[in-house]
Amino acid sequence: MAATFHGVGATVAALSSSSSSSSSSSPSNSFGSKILLSSPSRSFSVRKRASFTMVRSEGSMNFDLNFKGRRAQQLIANAVATKADSSPASSSSKPGHELLLFEALREGLEEEMERDPRVCVMGEDVGHYGGSYKVTKGLATKFGDLRVLDTPIAENSFTGMGIGAAMTGLRPVVEGMNMGFLLLAFNQISNNCGMLHYTSGGQFTIPIVIRGPGGVGRQLGAEHSQRLESYFQSIPGIQMVACSTPYNAKGLMKAAIRSENPVILFEHVLLYNLKERIPDEDYICNLEEAEMVRPGEHVTILTYSRMRYHVMQAAKTLVNKGYDPEVIDIRSLKPFDLYTIGNSVKKTHRVLIVEECMRTGGIGASLIAAITENFNDYLDAPIMCLSSQDVPTPYAGTLEEWTVVQPAQIVAAVEQLCQ
Amino acid sequence: MAFYSKNPRNIINNLKSKVGLWSLMKQSHGTCSYSSCLNTIHLHRFLPLTTLPQFTNPDSISHKKGHFPHFQRFQSTTTEKQIDSVPNGEQSQVLDFPGGKVVFSPEMRFLSESPSVYSQCYRVLDDNGQLISHSNFVPVSEEVAVKMYSNMVTLQTLDTIFYEAQRQGRISFYVISIGEEAINIASAAALTSDDIVFPQYREPGVLLWRGFTLQEFANQCFGNKADYGKGRQMPIHYGSNKLNYFTVASTIATQIPHAVGAAYSLKIDKKDACAVTYFGDGGTSEGDFHAAMNFVAVTESPVIFICRNNGWAISTPTSDQFRSDGIAVRGQAYGVQSIRVDGNDALAMYSAVHSARHMAVNEHRPILIEAVTYRVGHHSTSDDSTKYRPANEIEWWRMARDPVTRFRKWIEINGWWGSEAESQLRSSIRSQLLHAIQIAERAEKPPVNDLFTDVYDNIPSNLREQEKLLKETINRHTKDYPADVPI
Repeated sequence: MAATFHGVGATVAALSSSSSSSSSSSPSNSFGSKILLSSPSRSFSVRKRASFTMVRSEGSMNFDLNFKGRRAQQLIANAVATKADSSPASSSSKPGHELLLFEALREGLEEEMERDPRVCVMGEDVGHYGGSYKVTKGLATKFGDLRVLDTPIAENSFTGMGIGAAMTGLRPVVEGMNMGFLLLAFNQISNNCGMLHYTSGGQFTIPIVIRGPGGVGRQLGAEHSQRLESYFQSIPGIQMVACSTPYNAKGLMKAAIRSENPVILFEHVLLYNLKERIPDEDYICNLEEAEMVRPGEHVTILTYSRMRYHVMQAAKTLVNKGYDPEVIDIRSLKPFDLYTIGNSVKKTHRVLIVEECMRTGGIGASLIAAITENFNDYLDAPIMCLSSQDVPTPYAGTLEEWTVVQPAQIVAAVEQLCQ
Repeated sequence: MAFYSKNPRNIINNLKSKVGLWSLMKQSHGTCSYSSCLNTIHLHRFLPLTTLPQFTNPDSISHKKGHFPHFQRFQSTTTEKQIDSVPNGEQSQVLDFPGGKVVFSPEMRFLSESPSVYSQCYRVLDDNGQLISHSNFVPVSEEVAVKMYSNMVTLQTLDTIFYEAQRQGRISFYVISIGEEAINIASAAALTSDDIVFPQYREPGVLLWRGFTLQEFANQCFGNKADYGKGRQMPIHYGSNKLNYFTVASTIATQIPHAVGAAYSLKIDKKDACAVTYFGDGGTSEGDFHAAMNFVAVTESPVIFICRNNGWAISTPTSDQFRSDGIAVRGQAYGVQSIRVDGNDALAMYSAVHSARHMAVNEHRPILIEAVTYRVGHHSTSDDSTKYRPANEIEWWRMARDPVTRFRKWIEINGWWGSEAESQLRSSIRSQLLHAIQIAERAEKPPVNDLFTDVYDNIPSNLREQEKLLKETINRHTKDYPADVPI
């Protein structure tokens, strides 16, 4: 499932959507996304078809001449890509379209539902209400009540229902209104979703996608500010990914739906209104891949979801102070993309992990273990991990702010790490 | 709720004065025309929203094509009296709550916690295998009856021999279904092979009926290389995708929502099949049962719920499990038709499941069947039930209420069976079983590779690494590793 990356970095051709260069002025959420053709030795979890292109996204804040040079080598099987070919890095004709993250999720979902009649959605208020975060808006009218199912309030049971439907041939997308509610579905997710493919001897597959918003919002209270990725990460048999931009949100949604394994897609409550220009053509993002947000030399900062933006904000300050951080959005929470991470560690020798999970038993804790185990010899300093404290998220705004890692702390941590 | 009634007068809410506001009467037939509306009692919650103009939801109308109005209509035996007693024009007594009209009453009356009469149990054969007069049942041909009986005997023998094998230490664990053979076989016989089965763990008879061989049973119990589960599950956790029997999971009642999901899938694909799920009396206490029942009614999916009420959940008797009148009454609470059947009467079980299937598939409705029986054996080989129940009670149910003997008497009365056929069958099955066990015991175990496959569709790098580590460990300590397990 994880890619055996044989020299991918060198041989991969790059096509830039000209949007990336034109929108580089708006720093927060547009990163140059390149559509690449994969070499056959890469990840085999995504089936090879001529009709879609595999994407490895590499956001780059610094566009240099190499960028344009690499463009010339690009080979795309998909004819649609030729549209973007026409104007190299011109800002006048902007291919792609601009949308918000929740719309990107919806677009991905809608395209998959059109493409495969077995894809269906189930969750609370997803049908006529359109979803609590509008991700499924309009889908019920378009595809009918049977394919966009409003469920009663019983998370364990509708997750179980999704599992039964998946084993019988459908491809359900189960929405948890808030990830925290999926704690009620833990039994079905752990005991059945993760296990039944294994215990049945491979006879029954469960191509289910479980998605929903999690993370700390704006004063949503302790119960609605949970980071479930830390609780789920141990369950064998599932995959976990976290999206952070409209581009990877759509790509990951589509890849998750097409995957034969159960995938949990973590969205973040505060990222739904991010705007970005994404390509018109069909693309998916690899489920097991991390995203290079900003290449650098001095320190590797590993992060995901909302913390990516705090890190990028801190990066601006750090650049002004003369540091060159390499920022990687790990995106794949289970399994970790140790290839990308490892290459980065071998280059910079210093690692800072910035996460929203609690200190104990979070994604960061696992990541520290994985990196230390595999790349200990390459580290010049102990790994630093900035996480939330082991407290329930308070309601008061000021208190809540202090449970989440802030850019100032990130800057201070890098300075300390680089001494 | 998608039908549009132009004349609200057709929809009449009535009070059933005897038991208070919420009475549901047994439905006599699936649908009725509008003209007979006047004779029906509607519970307020079943009123379609579209009859109340201010609550019309246009979206809900468009997608429902060609189906009958999706709510139950009930016929009351005291209809006439009720309608007379509530004047039509009394709008001040009625209020439009979301979900329908409610008729008020100045009399405070609490609903009883149990019906005045315990729900009846459908039975066709008496204890001596004689047909009860005036019974209605689905007729069974000689061929089917003999096949049913042979399967029941096979199941009984299978259970006995495997139980002995566990006691001898040849397999690690076993669960017997003695006393519940009729439920197993008769229900399976009434289904088709397209119907998808979600079992708990005491229903191997369903697999047996569908063609799972004795060797395949043995392979799973011994966890050898030929096991379809590749040795990953405990004994009796059978599963076969080609026989539409989903792998048993040890968790209680988690399969019930799975069945609802599968039925939902069948509904989308418009298949002529239903989902069937089995569970015990204890399983009905789990949250999954209640939510699944609720879902299945709301989604109108074709599911047959078969509850084996065998009186015991390990050591917990049903009196400590719930206080409702068994399981069948719960159907009403969720809007699901239900029936209580004598689980040890193979003919009654067959008829009930046969009719339930017909209703489920043709009318897209769920059915709940409570099969009343007794768990003759221990909960499993890890249990000694004499610790919590009297041995003579167990013995009585084993001998006097044996479903296999009862059915045998019936087929003998019909001249379809005899003592010679009986002894031939039993000895043949026994020797086949012993042979199958021998082969299964000697067969190779699954290789260590199978520890890491099927966790995902393809083996990820971290698992490959762990596999490599394990193999290195094995190579380093070959003496500690069993010689008969391949790598």
